Amino acid sequence: MENNMKLDKKNELKEKLAHYLFLFNATVAIISVAAIAFFVFYRGLQPFIPGNAEGNYSLIDFLSGLEWRPSIGKFGILYMIVGSLLATFGAIILGVPVGILTAVFIAELAPKWAKTIIKPAVEMLAGIPSVLYGLFGLGVIVPWIMQISPQAQGQSLLAVIFVLMIMILPTVITITESAINSVPDAYREGSYGLGATKLYTIFKVVLPAARSGILAGVVLGIGRAIGETMAVMLVAGNPIAGLPNSIFSPIRPLTTNIAMEMSYAFGLHQEMLFATGVVLFVFIILINLILSRVTRGSVLK
Amino acid sequence: MENKFSIKNLDMYYGDFQALKNINMEIKPKEITSLIGPSGCGKSTFLRTLNRMNDLIEGVRVEGEVLLDGEDIYKEIDVTKLRTRIGMVFQKPNPFPMSVYDNVAYGPRAHGIKKKSELDEIVERSLKRAAIWDEVKDRIKRNALSLSGGQQQRICIARALAVEPEVLLMDEPTSALDPISTLKVEDLAEELKKEITIIIVTHNMQQAARISDKTAFFLNGELIEFDETDFIFSTPRDKRTEDYITGRFG
Repeated sequence: MENNMKLDKKNELKEKLAHYLFLFNATVAIISVAAIAFFVFYRGLQPFIPGNAEGNYSLIDFLSGLEWRPSIGKFGILYMIVGSLLATFGAIILGVPVGILTAVFIAELAPKWAKTIIKPAVEMLAGIPSVLYGLFGLGVIVPWIMQISPQAQGQSLLAVIFVLMIMILPTVITITESAINSVPDAYREGSYGLGATKLYTIFKVVLPAARSGILAGVVLGIGRAIGETMAVMLVAGNPIAGLPNSIFSPIRPLTTNIAMEMSYAFGLHQEMLFATGVVLFVFIILINLILSRVTRGSVLK
Repeated sequence: MENKFSIKNLDMYYGDFQALKNINMEIKPKEITSLIGPSGCGKSTFLRTLNRMNDLIEGVRVEGEVLLDGEDIYKEIDVTKLRTRIGMVFQKPNPFPMSVYDNVAYGPRAHGIKKKSELDEIVERSLKRAAIWDEVKDRIKRNALSLSGGQQQRICIARALAVEPEVLLMDEPTSALDPISTLKVEDLAEELKKEITIIIVTHNMQQAARISDKTAFFLNGELIEFDETDFIFSTPRDKRTEDYITGRFG
């Protein structure tokens, strides 16, 4: 009896310890997010608060400016926001259909041997360092665009769109595939039982039932595209001013603005780069809000 | 009367496993035929060979003949056409996650009917035939998954009826339902047999006795006995049938 009591106490202690160990680990992620957010916002909002030691800059000029010339004190990022959004939009428009159809093929149509080739290929695509995507873009896509472009330069919005399109494929494919796989077979049987063909079943029952999962994949793809830096930097052209006026215009995404200049920037210039980070951060927060909306009302909606 | 189904020397294999052994059976039109037997005896498998649902499973092989109105369903009839002629209701109600209307209109739409007035008419007629029109007519645009299990099952029956099948296969259609919903489905089956042929797999022997004209007893992939329901339940010829219906095993 007494022994049992001892054992209970010991087990209880173990449970408690384990509990705190898990809790501690879980807080690492939360603290990191909070710290990064605080740091970026703290540094990035300084220039807009009157009396800043490094000098002030108008928030409106920052968000509506079409020119980025640190040497003469011009820090406008509207043309970068537009560039980032256009590139992301283009990548989604091209990449999502390809990704969804690939996922449908893997999940519903492909014979086993084809699956054993495509799935590892997709996983491999996800694992390729982004700088290599950039090199591929620079070595293959940019020269190709140069041939068809009316402008002298191949580095362009179109090049960014192509590179990003390839980069979001693994995200869209894997998430869509798992969404399709989680559609109950009972739905497929119900459809086949009514004499519907395989294609009709896929488009009218399976994909609609997997809708929220697919949307989650799309939203994550958007996040990936808007946050991508390295690959994009190599193929974007990164001009110092001007809204893109065609798909052949060079663009300067928000991410590359930070990455290119941070190493030598100081003073107000450095703070304006942090401010660019704040804008990027706000986009990512928006995307996450949309994502939690999208994934919440799944099955019954 | 001509046979609706003639099954001749039917063997079915899952890979190396023989799930059905030399089944011979003749099913008359506008009757209810019950398939009974212990779990794993092959009754559901048999049911699914009748609309080629087993085609979906890898490694399935069918030998012998299944004739629908004299035509071999594995050789002479296109599978999508076959499944419009033979409707199916499943063990667990499986309405699609869409409105009641879209569920019932699904089959007709899959076969190319687009006109709204025509679809409206089909939906109403099918829901009435499935005896659920009065319960859902005011919420026909509501998601079918918001209905009770019994209502969902009758929506599924309406969905199957919407393509005007000649035969309705029911795979333990009431095993997931409460007693009152079960009775409703049984009444419905008896009503429907005036127009169509019904083959029903059931674990519930009272159900088989209540609603079916003929009963087939399956054991280990073999058809042990097939006769008028009254005979099967009063004077079975085979000892194994008797043991099963008196509850000695299964």
